[in-house]
Amino acid sequence: MASQEMEQLVRREYKEGFVTDIESDTIPPGLDEGTIAFISQKKGEPEWMLEWRLKAYHQWLKMTPPSWAHLDYPAIDYQAISYFSAPKRPEDRPQSLDEVDPKLLETYEKLGIPLHERAALAGVAVDAVFDSVSVTTTFKEKLGEAGVIFCSISEAIRDYPELIKQYLGTVVPVADNYFAALNSAVFTDGSFVFVPEGVTCPMELSTYFRINAANTGQFERTLIICESRAQVSYLEGCTAPQRDENQLHAAVVELVALDDAYIKYSTVQNWYPGDEDGKGGIYNFVTKRGDCRGDRSRISWTQVETGSAITWKYPSCVLRGKDSIGEFYSVAVTNGRQQADTGTKMIHIGEGTRSYIVSKGISAGRSNQSYRGLVKIGPRAKGARNFTQCDSLLIGDQCGAHTFPYQEIGNSTATVEHEATTSKIGEDQLFYCQSRGISEEDAVSMIVNGFCKDVFQELPMEFAVEAEALLNVTLEGAVG
Amino acid sequence: MLEVKDLHVTVEGKEILKGLSLTVNAGEVHAIMGPNGAGKSTLSAVIAGKEGYEVTSGTITFEGQDVLEMEIEERALAGMLLGFQYPVEIPGVKNIYLLKAALNAQRAANGQGDIPAPEFMKLIKSKIAEMKMDASFLQRAVNEGFSGGEKKRNEILQMLVLQPKLAMLDEIDSGLDIDAMRIVADGVNSLRAADRGILLVTHYQRLLDYIIPDHVHVLVDGRIAKSGDKELAKELESRGYDWVVEETAA
Repeated sequence: MASQEMEQLVRREYKEGFVTDIESDTIPPGLDEGTIAFISQKKGEPEWMLEWRLKAYHQWLKMTPPSWAHLDYPAIDYQAISYFSAPKRPEDRPQSLDEVDPKLLETYEKLGIPLHERAALAGVAVDAVFDSVSVTTTFKEKLGEAGVIFCSISEAIRDYPELIKQYLGTVVPVADNYFAALNSAVFTDGSFVFVPEGVTCPMELSTYFRINAANTGQFERTLIICESRAQVSYLEGCTAPQRDENQLHAAVVELVALDDAYIKYSTVQNWYPGDEDGKGGIYNFVTKRGDCRGDRSRISWTQVETGSAITWKYPSCVLRGKDSIGEFYSVAVTNGRQQADTGTKMIHIGEGTRSYIVSKGISAGRSNQSYRGLVKIGPRAKGARNFTQCDSLLIGDQCGAHTFPYQEIGNSTATVEHEATTSKIGEDQLFYCQSRGISEEDAVSMIVNGFCKDVFQELPMEFAVEAEALLNVTLEGAVG
Repeated sequence: MLEVKDLHVTVEGKEILKGLSLTVNAGEVHAIMGPNGAGKSTLSAVIAGKEGYEVTSGTITFEGQDVLEMEIEERALAGMLLGFQYPVEIPGVKNIYLLKAALNAQRAANGQGDIPAPEFMKLIKSKIAEMKMDASFLQRAVNEGFSGGEKKRNEILQMLVLQPKLAMLDEIDSGLDIDAMRIVADGVNSLRAADRGILLVTHYQRLLDYIIPDHVHVLVDGRIAKSGDKELAKELESRGYDWVVEETAA
C-alpha cells in the first residue's frame, strides 16, 4: 500500500480540519425520489444533475436484477439500505486498536500495513476515516501545474460541469444494467480525472475505497478522461474491516481515451469476504468500462480480486478508434464460500483493433468462480485481433471453476484465439517443492504466485508486492 | 545412515515392494538396478515421502530417526534429497527463486537466517559453471521448456547447492545423450564425500561406467535378489536381467 501517500493524506486532512462539517445527518434506509434529492442537495449539485439522477432512478425502477450470472445470493432489499451515510461520529467508533477484532489486525500485520493506517482501516476514531467521502484530493497542486484535474466526482460536478455533461454516462449509459442504473441514481462519491491533450500525468493516481459504516451501500462513480496523446496510470486499492451484515457495493467506472491516449487502470480488491460460512461479506456489483474513442488509443485493465462474498464484475473495452487496443489482465482468488463471476468484454468496432485477455482464476475452499468473457467483432472491424488466455487453478476438491467464453464474429478478416486451461494445483508440483525442504504453505504460495505472474507483471511495482502478500493471506490454510 | 528393513509397500492395492532391506553408510555409493517394474523408483519415492505409496510393514530409519513419521519437507531438511526422473514444470516460478527458497528453508531449519544475496549469487555461479549450465537457466521458470538433459542437470544443480547427506537419484541417466550424461556423472561424482551417501536408481549399466558404485543391488519382484560390487553391474550388462530373475525363482 502506498503508505507514504496515505501518510500525507492523513496529515493533510487533519491539518485542514476536513473533519469539521461531517457530523451531518444520515438518512434512514430506503430509496425514493426524496432520497435522491437529499443526496443531490447534500452534494450541492446543480439542478441538471438531480434531473440526471432522477432519470436514472426511473429507469432503474423499470429494470430487474440480472440473473444470468453463476452466483447464488439472497435477494437484496433495496429499501433496507441507507443511501447516504456520513462517517460515524468519533464516539461511536472504537477508541483504540484494543477494541478492534484481533483477527482483523492480524491480517493487517500480514499485509504489512503501517500502524497508523491499520487504525484508520479498522475504523478507529482517528483522522481520515471517511465513508462515501472522497479522500483523493492530494497532490492537487503538482497535478494542477501539469494541467491534470484529479478531484472527487462531487467537486467535478460543481467545478467542471461542462466536462461532466460531456462525458458522464457516455461510456456506461444510465440504463446499461440494473446496478449501473442504481449507481447513476444514488452515487455519492468517487474520483474524476481529466488529463488534457499531450500531457502524461506526472504521477500514478491512487485512491482508497473503504467501507466503514455498517449497513451502508457504497456507490462510487469514477470518470477518467484522457485527451489526445495523454496518459495516466490510475490505482485503486481496497481493504475493508470485518462486518456482520452483507453490504452492497455497486460502483461504476468510466474511462474515455481519445486519439493516441493511454489509460492504465489497476485494482487490488480485498473486501471482506465473509466468515467461514460466508456470512457478512461484501456484495460487489461493478460496472467498469473503457471507451477507446480515439484512433490508436489504448486502455488497460489490471485487477487482482481477492475479496468480497459475491463478485460481479466485467471490466470492458469498447474499441471504437482505428487500431485501438484493449487489455484485460486479471487474477481472481476465491476461498471459503466466496463466489465470483468475473471476466471482460472486448467490443471491436474500429478497423485494426486489438485486444488481449489474460485471466487467472484460483479457487480454493468451497468457493466458486466463473470466467465470463465476450469478444465481439463488428462488421467494420477489419483485421481485428483478439487473444484470450484463461487459466483456472483449483486448490482442494470442494471448489469450482467455470469458463463461459462468448464470441461474436461479424467479419471474416478477424483473428480470434482462445486458450483455456484448468488444472488442479499439482500434487506433483507440491511434492517437488516439499521434497526440496519447502513447507507446503510456502510451496502453495510459490506455485500460485508463479501461476499469476503474467498478470502481476502488469501491475505497478508497489501493487505487485501488495498483491503477492494479499494472495498469501487469502489462501492461508487453503491446503491440508 | 540409511537403514531400510523388510519394507513392504503397496500402490493402489498392488504390492510393489515385498520385503526390501538395504543399508547405506556414509561415503558409499549404492546402485539399485533391475528390470522394469521391479520397484526401483518406488523405493526412492517412499523414502522421499511421495503420497500414494502405502507402507504396510517394515521400517526406514535415517540417522536413527523414523523416516516414515516425518513430513516430506522434514525428510529433505534432515538431509535426504531426491533427484527426479521426471522433474515437474512450475510455470512462472523462476529456477533461482526455487533454489533460494529451498536453501533458505534448510538454513532456517539449522537456525540460520536467509542467505545474503551476494553470497548466494557467488554460490550459484560456481555451481552452474560446474554443471555447464548457462546463467539464463536461473531466470527461466522451473523446468519449463527444459530439454530432458537440462532437467536432469538442473536436478544435480539443486543437489550441489543443497548438499544433502543422502542423495537419491532416480534414473538420472534416462533420456541423456552421452555428453549430457558425462556432465551429470561429473556432478554426481563431485557429490561423493566421506560424509555422504548416494543412492542411484538406474536401469542401464552405462551410467556406472562414469559413476563407479561401491555396491550394486539387483531388484527383482520387490526384493533385492542379488548384491555385489561394480562387477555385478558389468555382468548384468552382458547377460541381462533374466538369469537373476531365474535364479530368484529357483
